[in-house]
Amino acid sequence: MVLLVQYTLTFASVLILVALGGCISERSGVINLGLEGIMVIGAMGGALTMRYLPEGSSDIVIILAVLVAAALSGLIYSSLLAVACINFKADQTIVGTALNLLGTAGATVIVKAINTAANPDDVSSVVQYPIPKRAFMENIGSFEFNWFMAVTLVALILVWMMLYKTRFGLRLMACGEHPQAADSVGINVYKMRWAGVLISGALGGLGGIVFITAGVSEWRFEYGVAGFGFLALAVMIFGQWNPIRIALAALLFGLFRALSNVYMGFDFLAALNLPSQIYNMMPYIISLVVLAFTSKKSRAPKAEGIPYDKGQR
Amino acid sequence: MKKNLLKNEGVQSLLASLICIVLGLLLGFIVLLLINPSGAGEAIVTVIKNFLTYSKPETQMKYLGNTLVKTAPLLMCSLSIIFAYKVGLFNIGTAGQYCAGVGLALYAAIAWQMPWWVCILAAMAAGALLGAISGLLKAYCNVNEVISGIMLNWITLYLVNMLLTLVKEETSPYTFQLTTHAPQALIPSLGLGKLFTNNQYVTLAIPLAIVMAVVVWIVLDKTRFGYELRATGNNKNAAKYCGMAEKRNIIVTLIISGALAGMGASLLYLTGFEQWQCSTASVPAMGFNGIAAAFLGGLHPVGAVLSSFFIQHITIGGAYVDKTMYCAQISDLISAIIIYLCGFVLFMKHVMNTGIAKSEAKAAAKLAAKTEEKGGDQ
Repeated sequence: MVLLVQYTLTFASVLILVALGGCISERSGVINLGLEGIMVIGAMGGALTMRYLPEGSSDIVIILAVLVAAALSGLIYSSLLAVACINFKADQTIVGTALNLLGTAGATVIVKAINTAANPDDVSSVVQYPIPKRAFMENIGSFEFNWFMAVTLVALILVWMMLYKTRFGLRLMACGEHPQAADSVGINVYKMRWAGVLISGALGGLGGIVFITAGVSEWRFEYGVAGFGFLALAVMIFGQWNPIRIALAALLFGLFRALSNVYMGFDFLAALNLPSQIYNMMPYIISLVVLAFTSKKSRAPKAEGIPYDKGQR
Repeated sequence: MKKNLLKNEGVQSLLASLICIVLGLLLGFIVLLLINPSGAGEAIVTVIKNFLTYSKPETQMKYLGNTLVKTAPLLMCSLSIIFAYKVGLFNIGTAGQYCAGVGLALYAAIAWQMPWWVCILAAMAAGALLGAISGLLKAYCNVNEVISGIMLNWITLYLVNMLLTLVKEETSPYTFQLTTHAPQALIPSLGLGKLFTNNQYVTLAIPLAIVMAVVVWIVLDKTRFGYELRATGNNKNAAKYCGMAEKRNIIVTLIISGALAGMGASLLYLTGFEQWQCSTASVPAMGFNGIAAAFLGGLHPVGAVLSSFFIQHITIGGAYVDKTMYCAQISDLISAIIIYLCGFVLFMKHVMNTGIAKSEAKAAAKLAAKTEEKGGDQ
C-alpha cells in the first residue's frame, strides 16, 4: 500500500510538472506537442550532471545542480520550437513531432558518443547514477520521500499564482485567447509566447529528470520516456488548462500508472491474473474515455495553434 | 524562362525539399564532426552510400532490394499521413494503425493459416478500425485526432504484444518464421527477387505500394470524392453549407488513412523480412518516419515515393557507419532534423515568392524606364 502511494505520487509529480508546462505554453497560444522530446533532453541533462558531479558533493549541491541542469536543458531545447513556431510561423504539430523524434535520437547519439569515448567497447546508451540519486531520497518509515515531490508542489503553487495573480500571467493568457486584442493594448505577443514556450520547456525538462529517477538508477536513452509527454497532454486537457484541476487529474492518472508497477502486491489484483500489458494500457484507455466525455465543452485557449501574424491584425 | 520555372508550385516544393535534405545532412555531418572529427567525412559518405558501399554489383543489387523492401511500408505510412493531411487531419495514429496491421497480418497468417491476400486485407481492416475510432471521436466528441491517435498508439502496442504472444516461438520473444510456419502467407515474388540477385524478400509488395501511391494521387486529385474530402479539410463549415456530410468525410478519411497504414505493415511482415518482437516497448518508428517522408515529399503521393526511398536509404546507411566511433542512430537524427526543417518549408516558399515578385517589379520598372527613355529620344 505504501509502495502504491509512493509510486502514485512519483508518477503524478512527473505528470503535473509536464502538464503544467503544456498548460503554460498553450495558454500563451502555442501547442507544445514536443514535450516528450523536451522531457528526454531534460532527463539527459540531469542524468549527465549526476554522473559528472564530483563524488562527495553535498546533497543540497547535487539536488540544485541536477534541477538546474534539467530545467536549463529543457528550456534551451524548447527554443527550437519557439523560433520555428513563433518567428517563422511553422506548423506547430509538425515541429512538435520533429522535436520528439529529435529528442530521442539526439539523446541516444550524444550518450552513446560519450560512452564510446570513455570506453571504446561500450556502445550502450545507458547512463548510471546510483549514488547521486540517493541525495533525492529520504526514508520516512517505509515510505521513500522524494525531493521531487516537494519541487512539484512548489512548482504547482508558483504556476497557479503566476497565471492568475500576476500581470505577466494574465497577459500571457490574453495572448492565447485573443492575441490581436492583446497586441492592440501594447502587449508584445511574440515575447509572451516565447516566455510561455521557454517556461514549458523548463518544466518539461524537470519532469524528464523526475521520470528517469523514479524507481530506477540507470536509464537507456533509446527508450525515450515511454509516451509520458503525451500522457501529460491528456492530463492537461482533462484538467481543462487549469493548474489545480491538472494536479487532480495527474493524481488519478498516476494511480493507474502506479498500479501497473505494484499490482502484484495486491492479493485480489494478483488473483485476477491479468497480463501486465493490461495495466500498462489502463492510463491510455482511461484518458481516451475521459477525453471523449469532456472534449465537447472544451475550454482550450481560443487562439492556440494559430501562428500570430502582426500584419493580419 | 528561369523565373517562370521557379513560380511553379511543384518546382518550389522540390527545391524546398532539397534544401531540407542538404541542410539536414550538413547538420548531421557537424554532429559527427563534434563526436569524432577523424572519421566524420567517411561516416557521412557511408550513410549516403548505403548499399553502394559494396563493390560487387550483384551484392549492391541484393542490398538495394533490402532497401526497397523496407521502402514499401514507409511509403504506405507516408501515404496514410498525406491522405489525412489533405483533409486537414494530422493522423499521428498512423504508427498505431501500422502496429495493428502487423498484429492482425501475422495472427491471420500463423494462427488461421490464411493466404497472403487475406492477411493483407486483415491488416487493412485492423488499421481501418483504429482510424474509425479516431474519426468517430473527432466527429462526434470533438477529441483532437492527434491526442486520440497517440493514446491509441500505446493501447494498440500492448494489445498487439498480447495477441502475438499467442503465436511466438517458445524460447525467444519473436513470432514464428513465416517461411516455416505459414509459407502460404508469404507475398509471392513473381520472379522479382531474381532481378535483385535472388533476394527472396523482394516481392509483389513493392510494385503494390507504388500502385497505391498512384491510386491515392488519382483519388485525391482527380475524383469528386477526393474533391469533397479536400473541401472538408479546407473549410469544414463551408463544406457543410454546400451539403457535404462533413462528419462522415472525417470518419471516412481516417478509415482510409488507417487502412493504408495497416496495409503497409502487411507489405513488410508478410515478406518474412522481419519478425515481431513480443516484448517491444515502444511504438514502431515506421509510422513516425512516415511523417518525415510525407512532408519531405511535399505532401504529394508521387513525391512520397522518392522521399520514402531516400529516408529508408539513409536509415539503412546509418547501420554501416564505423561503430567504434559512431552509432546507427545518426540516421534517425538526420531524419528528425529534416522533419524539423520541413516546418520551415512555408517560410522558404514565401521567401521565394517575394523574391520573384521583387525581381519582377524591378524588371518592370526597368522596362518602364527604358520605354520612357526611348520616348524621350524621339
